[in-house]
Formats: sequence, C-alpha cells, structure tokens
Amino acid sequence: MLSKAFLVPYLQIFVGGNMSFLIYLINGLSLGSIYAIIALGYTMVYGIAKMLNFAHGDFIMVGCYVIFTICSTFSGNTVVGLIAAVILCTLLGITTEKVAYKPLRGAASPLAVLITAIGVSYFLENLALLIFGADIKSFSSVVSWQGLSFAGGDLKIQGVTIITILSSVVILIVLQLFIHKTREGQAMLAVAEDKGAAMLMGINVNKTISLTFAIGSALAAIAGALLCSAYPSLSPYLGAMPGIKAFVAAVFGGIGSIPGAMIGGLVLGIVEILSRTYISSQLSDAIVFGILIVVLLVKPTGLLGKKIQEKV
Amino acid sequence: MTLLQVNNLSIAFGGLRAVDDFSLEIQKGELYGLIGPNGAGKTTVFNLLTGVYKPNEGIIRLDGEDITRKNTIEINHAGIARTFQNIRLFHQMSVIDNVKVGLTERFKYSTLESVLHLGKYRKLEKEMDEEALKLLKVFDLDKERDVLASNLPYGKQRKLEIARAMATSPKLLLLDEPAAGMNPNETAELMETIALVRKEFDMTILLIEHDMKLVSGICEKLTVLNFGRVLKQGETKEVLQDPEVIKAYLGE
Amino acid sequence: MTKKKFKDQFITYGIVIALYLIMEILMKTGNLSSHLKGLLVPMTYYAVIAVALNLCVGILGELSIGHCGFMCIGAFASAVFSKLTQNTLPAAPRFFLAFVVGIAFAALFGFLIGIPVLRLKGDYLAIVTLAFGEIIKNVINAIYFGVDSKGPHISLNNVMDLGMEPDGQVIINGAMGITGTPRDANFTIAIVVLLLSLFVVLNLMNSRDGRAIMAVRDNSIAAESAGINVTKYKMLAFTISAAIAGAAGVLFSHNITSLTATSQYFGYNASIMILVYVVLGGIGNIRGSVIAAAILYLLPEMLRGLNTYRMLIYSIVLIAMMLFNWAPAAIEWREKVAHKFIKRNA
Repeated sequence: MLSKAFLVPYLQIFVGGNMSFLIYLINGLSLGSIYAIIALGYTMVYGIAKMLNFAHGDFIMVGCYVIFTICSTFSGNTVVGLIAAVILCTLLGITTEKVAYKPLRGAASPLAVLITAIGVSYFLENLALLIFGADIKSFSSVVSWQGLSFAGGDLKIQGVTIITILSSVVILIVLQLFIHKTREGQAMLAVAEDKGAAMLMGINVNKTISLTFAIGSALAAIAGALLCSAYPSLSPYLGAMPGIKAFVAAVFGGIGSIPGAMIGGLVLGIVEILSRTYISSQLSDAIVFGILIVVLLVKPTGLLGKKIQEKV
Repeated sequence: MTLLQVNNLSIAFGGLRAVDDFSLEIQKGELYGLIGPNGAGKTTVFNLLTGVYKPNEGIIRLDGEDITRKNTIEINHAGIARTFQNIRLFHQMSVIDNVKVGLTERFKYSTLESVLHLGKYRKLEKEMDEEALKLLKVFDLDKERDVLASNLPYGKQRKLEIARAMATSPKLLLLDEPAAGMNPNETAELMETIALVRKEFDMTILLIEHDMKLVSGICEKLTVLNFGRVLKQGETKEVLQDPEVIKAYLGE
Repeated sequence: MTKKKFKDQFITYGIVIALYLIMEILMKTGNLSSHLKGLLVPMTYYAVIAVALNLCVGILGELSIGHCGFMCIGAFASAVFSKLTQNTLPAAPRFFLAFVVGIAFAALFGFLIGIPVLRLKGDYLAIVTLAFGEIIKNVINAIYFGVDSKGPHISLNNVMDLGMEPDGQVIINGAMGITGTPRDANFTIAIVVLLLSLFVVLNLMNSRDGRAIMAVRDNSIAAESAGINVTKYKMLAFTISAAIAGAAGVLFSHNITSLTATSQYFGYNASIMILVYVVLGGIGNIRGSVIAAAILYLLPEMLRGLNTYRMLIYSIVLIAMMLFNWAPAAIEWREKVAHKFIKRNA
C-alpha cells in the first residue's frame, strides 16, 4: 500500500487541499460499483433473453430482506445471511424465468414479456409489503470492518466502501474469465449472438438462459447486500430505482457488453454523487438520465455496444 | 430514349468491392433482367439505385436527372419504385390500405384534414379508393381488398407488393426476385402479371431473377453480374448462350 | 372508410357515452359512493392517456415508458395558466384556454423530445423516453416560479431566491408544486375530452397520415421506398400522442387542489401502469385501451377492502393474463379448445 507521506501531498494537489471532493469521488465510485454489479446481471440477461427484466431491481430487494431476516430473526451471522440471499435469489431468478418468461419466448409482441416482468416486479414488491410491512427497517451492514483512515484522519474511507469497490472488480474479472474461458460462458455468447444457430450447434439454449438468470440474480443479491450496507434502510421498493439506474448504466455502456456495464455503472455512480453534492440533490437524477441521452445520441448503441444494421 | 443510365457505379464494404465499375443503360419500355450467381451483388445494385446505399463512385441518371446522391424517399418521388427479395408488406394493414400508402404522395391533403375528416378528405379518399381498386383489379386482388396483408397467400403477397410499388406511379419498376419461393404455376401467373403491367402502364422494368425460364421468357435484355462486376451485357438470347456466362452459372 | 370501420368507431364512441350515462344515472339516483365518484375523473384521464400511449405504441409502433412526463407537462403548464388568470378570467373560457396551453406545451415537448428519441430504435428508444420522463419530473420538482408586479421570476434553488416584491405570488413552489388550482374539471368535461381524443386518433388512423404512420410501423424500409417520409410521420404521431397526454394532464391538475410532480403520478412507474392498460387492452386497439384503463383503474380501487392483498392479487392476475393471452403454447391450447367447441356445436 502507498505510504501516507506519498499519498497526502499528491491528493492535496489534486483537490486543492480539500479532502471533501476526494471523499465524494470515492463515494461515487462505491455507488457506481453497486450499479455496475447490478448492471452486469442486467446486461447478461438482456443480451441473452433480449428482454427488459423490470423485476431485476426487485431481486436486490429480496436479497436484502433475506439477509435482514436471517440476521435479525435467526440471529445468524451476516455471512450466512449473504450466502442464503445469494442462493435464494438464484433460485428465484431461475424460477421466475421458467414460470413467467420462458412461456412467452416467441410471443407475437416483445411487449408481452415486458409487461409480465412488470407483473413479477409488482408481485415481489407486494409480497414483501405483505410479509414485512411498509415501514422502513434498518439494516446492519454486512461489512463490520471500519475501514482506513488517511491524512491524519482527514480522509476516512469506510470499510463497506472499500469492500464494495473491490467486490465489483473481483466480480468483473471472474465474469470475464467465466465467459471467455469456460464452455458455459462460450455457450452464453453463442446464444446471445443467435439463439437458433446456437441450438443447431448443439447448445442447450434453455439451460444457458437459466444459467444466465441464475448469475444475474446472484449478482443482484450481492449488490443488494452492499447497497443496504451503504444505505441501511429497507423498504419493499428499495430495488426499483437502483434497478432502473443499473439498466441505464448497462445501456450507457452498450447493452450486452460486460466491460460496458462496468464503465456505465461507475460513471453513473460518480456523476450521481458529484452532481448531488455540487449541483443539486433535486436534479442529480435528471443529470444522470441526461448523460444517458447524450451518449445514446452520439452512439445509439451505447459506449461499447455493437452497431446493428437491418439488411435490406 | 434512355430512361436509366448508370455509369461506373462502385461500392465497397470494408475491403470488399460488392459492386465494381457497374454500368447499365435501360431504354424506356424495356424489360431488363439482372442475373448472376448468389452473392454477385444484384441486390446491392438495387440498393444503390434506390438510395439505400450511397455509391463510392459513379453516377445514376433517371430520365436525365442525376439521382446519385438522393435518399430513398426522394428517389421514389423521382420515379423509381421497388419490391423486395424478402417480401416487405405492411402486414398489419389491409390490402387496399397497402396500396393507398403508395398513393400518399399523389393525393395530398393536410394533417388537420386527416384528423377532422373535413375539407378535401372525403373527395380525395374516394378518389384514392377508386385508384387503388383499379390497381387491385389489374393484379386480381380486388376481392381481397379488406383482407390483412399478412393473411394473403404467398403469391398474392408478391403481387400486392408490385401493386403498391405501381401506386407510386413510377417511371421505372425494380423487381427483386419476384418469383422466389413460387411454384411453377405461380411463376407462370407472375409472368403474365408482369407482362400485363408492361402493357397496361407502359412500364419500364428491371428485374433480378434466378428462374431462368422466367428470365428467358420475358426479358429482352440481360446483364450478368459476377463478383460485383459486369460479366456480359446484351440481348437475352446472346447472353444466355455465352460460354463465360454458362461457366459462371454452372461452374467449371 | 369501409362500413365495418365506421361501425367500429360508432361502437367505441357508444361505449364511452353509455359508460357516461350509466355513471350519471347512478350519481343522480344517489347509488354511487363518494369514493367511487371521486374516481370517475381519474379513470377518464387515464383512459385518455391510454389512448395517447396506444397511438405511440400500437399505431406508431414505438415503445414509450415516459408518457406520464407529457401528462406532467400538460398538468403543470395548464395549472400555472389557471393560477395566473384565476382572478381575471371567468371559469369556462379559462378552463378552455388551460386546455389549449396544456396541450400546446405537451405537444411542443413531444416534438422537441421526439427529435432525438425517434432516431433510436426499440429498447434504446424506450429507455430514453423513460429518461426524459424522469428528467421532466425532476426538473419540475426543482423549479420555483412566481409572479409579482415586476413580472415573472424563476429559480432552481428556493423561494427566497426568487427575490419577489411583497405583492408577489408563488406559483410553483419546488417540490411542493402548485396549490390552489381551480377545480374546473368534472366527469362530463373529462368524458368530452376522452371522446375528442378518440375522435382525433380514430380519424387519424383512417386517413392518409394515419396510413403512413402505420406503414412506418409495419415496415419502415418499405415505407421509405414507397416515398413515405418516415421521420416526418414518426414525429407527427409522437407529437399528437404527447399532446393528448397533455390533455389528460390538464384534467389531472384541475381535479385536485395540490399538484406535485411525484413519482407516484408522473414517474416511470406511472407510465408503465398506462402501458399495462394499453397492452392488456390490445396493442393498436384503441377501444381496448379505453376499456382496459377503466377496468384496471377501478379494479384495484374497488378491491380496497382486501387491502394489502389487492395489489398482490392484481400482480398475479396480470402475469396470468399475459401468459394466457400471449404465450404461444396458451394460444395453441385455446385454439384447440375453441376448435373442439365449434365442432361439437356444428
């Protein structure tokens, strides 16, 4: 690790002696990492199922409530909670795909599965409302580490912030390795490219789609744990907005692109925190969405997206 | 009198020269065939003629007017209409509405009149209906006027596509593999239809076709494309007897 | 227009008028609870915006999930107008002009937003409409607007920042929105607006412009090669759709005393709710949108007795209906059953 003596003067030049900008930047990076983790799941699911899974954000919420329940009711430790959340969300993702989305594959309108996803989203939110009530529950962080402190205490970075950023990097690397080095990963790429051709090549398309939903949902659970550790309040609707933001991040980076989702998530998180701090808390979401619009106007398929042209 | 004059047309996609130094001259009233093996660049020529692609080099003149840099819409207005290899109908619209879309530019009334059904609406809609029905009769589609385009049998869908193209009152009609996917009976019927269009509307037609029977039966002149370049051009009979053409088609 | 189409239109108007008469009779005879009475105007403006959205999704074929943003613009523009002219204009012409203002603003924004949005395709287009909807909502929440003897003042910070004279009146108070808009809307006017929206959309569908719009939807490449100016007709349909959504917004803001740009009414979730109406009513089926909006708006409200279960039931019904209506396997099964049924009766 860099020594304080080296880091401090450098940082002070960078931010003009004021640590606050750097703190906000790191917070943005942390929020962006959470968006990135959700966006990774989103972009994979979209790339393969070609559907806007509006319920994806609600899987985050489910993950949070599972951890919350295990930690408070069964007084289990957070690691057990996290593992349980990942397993449950994975199962939920697979089941949702089987029950609600798969029957609509090949439907006359792509809107059918979109509306069904909205139905799933309503269902999960209202189920949580029924079980846990509308009151906001406080969440105890899954990260107990206090974090690091630099510049004689001027620059404190919370443990959860560091863990969040590191998790996203690890997840990105693991995913990239999985997709490019394993048979299953290659199968995913093939299905994303052309479902029919993949089937002819002997790839089990159903299994591949299930696996994608499983991974996406597991990532949503992890993102949920990190999100609620950083912003420790639970409500049945907590996943909706991060879900949408993550989708924006995925589109921003170019849907279907793993590095794109990562970049998109980070940019969005940083822009959101900085504009909330320096411009207006009221307008930060507007700025985030504004940036998406600008990017799509310049590159209609996102930063790293592939260009598609209809053959005449 | 020359209707379509194409000089030294070229386009490259990446490194591939899909159409290379292509020239063509079609006289008014001619029925001209564009043939060649798969991937020879025939449809690309159509896409260049209709402004879907912009050529890297060359000039396209229709009736003396330079249309090289015009877009698809302007080229249609200038007088070129086309059909597509994979049928592109307005499938959720009725047969007559498909044709009436083609009449859009010829029977103009305002958006306000569209919304309120006032002013010229009634008169022009009636005229459009009459005009569309007249066209449908030529193609023997008048009994199906209110059928959804997607519910038509295949052969009639092809005909409807031609009817729609004719509704824009073109000077030149481009037909992209009109007989593709048709059985011999349907192909024979199509040949009659094409002959009829020529007679009724005094139309100049350029068509892409694989069906040699159709080509040798109705086309007066042919251009053979191979690897994006013109292999042979001239009277149908001569071209089809050319050893090089036979070689390109049958291989060595 | 063929006789069948004419009859179709007649049925659509007939249903709306019949609905109106039934509700009026129930109201006059005192058979309508005050709770239900309060739902009539919202039900109608949701039907209006459903018609607007179906023009965009079903007729133009472009998925918008930000249409409540246009409703929001119509609501705020007209409410500002009505507040400003409250003491100078009599109610009837003021409300009429409020419609003109609300619709004009929504149409203007529809046009401006349409320019970039309609260059995109499919889900990219959808997510950008969502983005614009959220931006509209957020910006309106941040606006402070007041008028005093020196003219209008606007700020994005707070009321004090307006720097108004003591005689000034705050019109838009940031996230607190607009309070005290005259409650000019009623069920009769709402129904008239719905009928006019239907008139516009149904007439458009049976016209030169409407055919061009549907041609673009069905095959934009073929439309272009038939000489149809694709961009122009996309813009036209999108703008008209936004304008009608604006009209729904005018009804919205003149039916409540306190107007705020909350997510509940103007966020993407609200836009999605309208989309659910459109899809369940039938994409491209204008009459279906009206019926679906009326039923689906009233249904959860009528189920209030079931309290927390109602939205859960609603979501399950929604999923089940989508699967039943759209799943290829379900369609096949339905056809088989229908076939058997017909055979037995033949």
